[in-house]
Amino acid sequence: MDFFKRHFTVALAAVLGLVLVAHLAVFANLQLLFGVVVPYLAVLIFVEGFIYRLLQWSRSPVPFQIPTTGGQQESLPWIERSLGDKLDNPYTTRYVIGRMALEVLAFRSLFRNLRSELRQDPEHPGGARLIHWSYKWLWLGAIAFHYAFLVIVLRHLRFFTEPVPGFIQLIDNVDGFFRFFTPVFYLSGAVLVVAVAYLLARRLTNPMLRYISLAPDYFPLLLLLAIGISGILMRYVYKVDVVAVKELTLGLVTLHPKVPAGIGHIFFVHLFLVSVLIAYFPFSKLMHAPGVFLSPSRNLPTNTRAVRHVNPWNYPVKFHHYDEYEDRFREAMVEAEIPVEKELE
Amino acid sequence: MAKAKTKVPKPEEILPGISYKTPQKGWMDLKPEFKPGTYCNPANPKWASWIDYPYPREWSVTNESWGLPADWKEIILQGMEDRLNRFRSLKLFFDICVRCGACADKCHFFLGTGDPKNMPVLRAELMRSVYKRYFTSAGKLLGELAGARDLTEEVIKEWFYYLYQCTECRRCSLFCPYGIDMAEMTILGRELLSSIGVNIEWTMASVAQCYDKGSHIGAPPQAMKDMIDFFAEENERVTGVNTPITYNRKGAEILFVAPSGDYFADPGTYTFMGYLLLFNYLDLDWTLSTYAAEGGNFGFFMSHEMGKRLNAKIYHEAKRLGVKYIIGGECGHMWRIVNQYMDTFSGPADFLEVPKSPITGTVFENAASTKMIHISEFTADLIRHNKLQLDPQRNAHIKLTFHDSCNTSRGMGIFEEPRYIIKNVLPEGHFFEMPPNTIREKTFCCGSGSGFNADEYLETRLRGGLPRANALRYVAEKYGVNHLGCICAIDRAVFPTLLNYWVPEVEVTGITELVGNALVFPDEIERTTDLRDRDLVGIGSPEEGEEAD
Repeated sequence: MDFFKRHFTVALAAVLGLVLVAHLAVFANLQLLFGVVVPYLAVLIFVEGFIYRLLQWSRSPVPFQIPTTGGQQESLPWIERSLGDKLDNPYTTRYVIGRMALEVLAFRSLFRNLRSELRQDPEHPGGARLIHWSYKWLWLGAIAFHYAFLVIVLRHLRFFTEPVPGFIQLIDNVDGFFRFFTPVFYLSGAVLVVAVAYLLARRLTNPMLRYISLAPDYFPLLLLLAIGISGILMRYVYKVDVVAVKELTLGLVTLHPKVPAGIGHIFFVHLFLVSVLIAYFPFSKLMHAPGVFLSPSRNLPTNTRAVRHVNPWNYPVKFHHYDEYEDRFREAMVEAEIPVEKELE
Repeated sequence: MAKAKTKVPKPEEILPGISYKTPQKGWMDLKPEFKPGTYCNPANPKWASWIDYPYPREWSVTNESWGLPADWKEIILQGMEDRLNRFRSLKLFFDICVRCGACADKCHFFLGTGDPKNMPVLRAELMRSVYKRYFTSAGKLLGELAGARDLTEEVIKEWFYYLYQCTECRRCSLFCPYGIDMAEMTILGRELLSSIGVNIEWTMASVAQCYDKGSHIGAPPQAMKDMIDFFAEENERVTGVNTPITYNRKGAEILFVAPSGDYFADPGTYTFMGYLLLFNYLDLDWTLSTYAAEGGNFGFFMSHEMGKRLNAKIYHEAKRLGVKYIIGGECGHMWRIVNQYMDTFSGPADFLEVPKSPITGTVFENAASTKMIHISEFTADLIRHNKLQLDPQRNAHIKLTFHDSCNTSRGMGIFEEPRYIIKNVLPEGHFFEMPPNTIREKTFCCGSGSGFNADEYLETRLRGGLPRANALRYVAEKYGVNHLGCICAIDRAVFPTLLNYWVPEVEVTGITELVGNALVFPDEIERTTDLRDRDLVGIGSPEEGEEAD
């Protein structure tokens, strides 16, 4: 099996395996384990792992101030800087916050994305030429997925709150704006599945992406897809007892866990996959979410010549001092009428 | 060491042959092929001893054994651990890449070679895979399935091959959604290679010469003075204006530091003539140092520490001479370091004053701590205050486009200053921008930055320079652009070869050279040629004059 197949198959098998495990668990009457113990464990691993990783990163210092400058620098007062320049080359903390906000909320760098291609061109002396054009599909897929995911997480809070706060109800209403049928159809679920499917499809169909992709790239996508599909199935096809589900979820947050009878089978599959995602998160590339905030090429101001950045481990280095230099070249320097510190003897 | 004589394929042989198709073998199983023209020669052992670098030895890239020290593996892993603890960037960039591929077609080496390991994501993965294997539990447990692999001599060879196919231009970091910066990883990866005595000749020779004598060409003080005094004579011959220079003069107001490329070889030398004319025109109280004789910092291409060891000389000399502040010439990576590292490396420069133009009174608050300003900032300010009498017609033979150098673009952001100067020293309608996706922050590297000036490396350099040349050809054909302007000495050193190959009709010029052409001195002789002895439009051969009209 080649590299690609091996990595994809393992990721696929892992996700199918997880689905199977959850199914078997229900048959084996392990609802308490999979409905209570596993979710608790997952959240525990998530919180500890997340904090551990953040501590790991923050333990290493930032020796140099190396922001990537993506716009005109701050220099002479009459040189105009557009808002874009100020955000992409942020001179003050205010604009660093702005840059980071744009990065996190609007995926600014991905929005800049280009596609380059070599076009065969017999007219051209070399026989071909490169062209570059704006390419926003990755941005669109990424932003659609992330916002759909956010909305879904927020609207799931209605399972964990009683009474349900107004803003969650509002999100719920907006998300369910398209009332195609009963139960209310949530747009976010469909967007999530389509976006994840796109992100997966580009990994599988673009040869270069397939070449660089690893099992840890396929696994979260397949897992998210499985979570999305199981959620949609649970809502629209294999209906579960929502009142019983809420009893379980409220029990979890109020630390009075119980597993009411009669919750549908598929709920446990969904919950188990989500638990795996939560537990997997801190040990995976999904940590890009907190990581981007720490990225030294994005989170530092570009006032590098105006304000000194201190390297905590800066140490003195050996360099060729002027005195040694002059000792070596004094004669030649005097002859060439270059001033010296010590005259020739 | 015998230089490999390599035949460079013609453009029409290279171009249609570039394919972005993936190889059959997975990347972990695919080994680099060291073909002549695609790798740099190993460093001569004598340089290592000049600068106290470990494991100097004779070795050859194409040999099976590279003669690595017996405990090379421990050194690398220890070095990696050490750097993970000292650089948050490294740890973070290893951990958070999602391999989205946004960086893939942003690299000029990928576009020019089609080699998938030149996609920044995969180049980083060459190091990340080792990190995963030895520093993460997933990698230790799952091995290849987690993207981890053992550190072997083959991996070291691969690092050498691909970390020296990265010019640290940071174009990938601009497009990365998390700002992952391949330049940072390349710098640290090359440090690791250096720690087991794997260095390249061109860089290490330059470093040793800079360290020992002052400049990368290894000119002793009297030779440097001779070269620069010659430019003064040339200036006098062309303009009738004497532009005397003082060397190592204590008490001067300004220390000027230029890349040594500008007094070493054409066409950089014309830029140096421009510096001299400008300073003389202003009657500036300035001096040059034969000790801090190099603005370019080749040490940075080997390690942070070596960068600092060379950079330290500039403040050391500024302090000794008692100058007020420093002006830096047109140089790319010099300005990456001055702008983002110098103060941290060698500061605080509390013995200097915040730069203030003696002509216009402008205080450069943006350099309040570093106390070093860019010649283009200084010149743009002069023009803005109407302090220079300029005759743009003297550049009428030039149709220019401006190449934003990678370091001054993505490590600084000096875009408008040189453009402002250009628009004031060229006749109207003589300046043309290359396509927007290839300039300013999105600019393409020359393909020879970060220590790749070596002749034996020409094929890879030409391939790396393809995207830049391709955009240049577009404006050359469309608008008749005949000059590429830049504010980088490496550009001036490498572009003539590169353009001669891809876009033969275009020449390379520094921006201060154009200023030198245009400056009108009260006591000058009648100017009939530019600084390169080329007839001015309207003078000399009549055809040329007509053509330009």
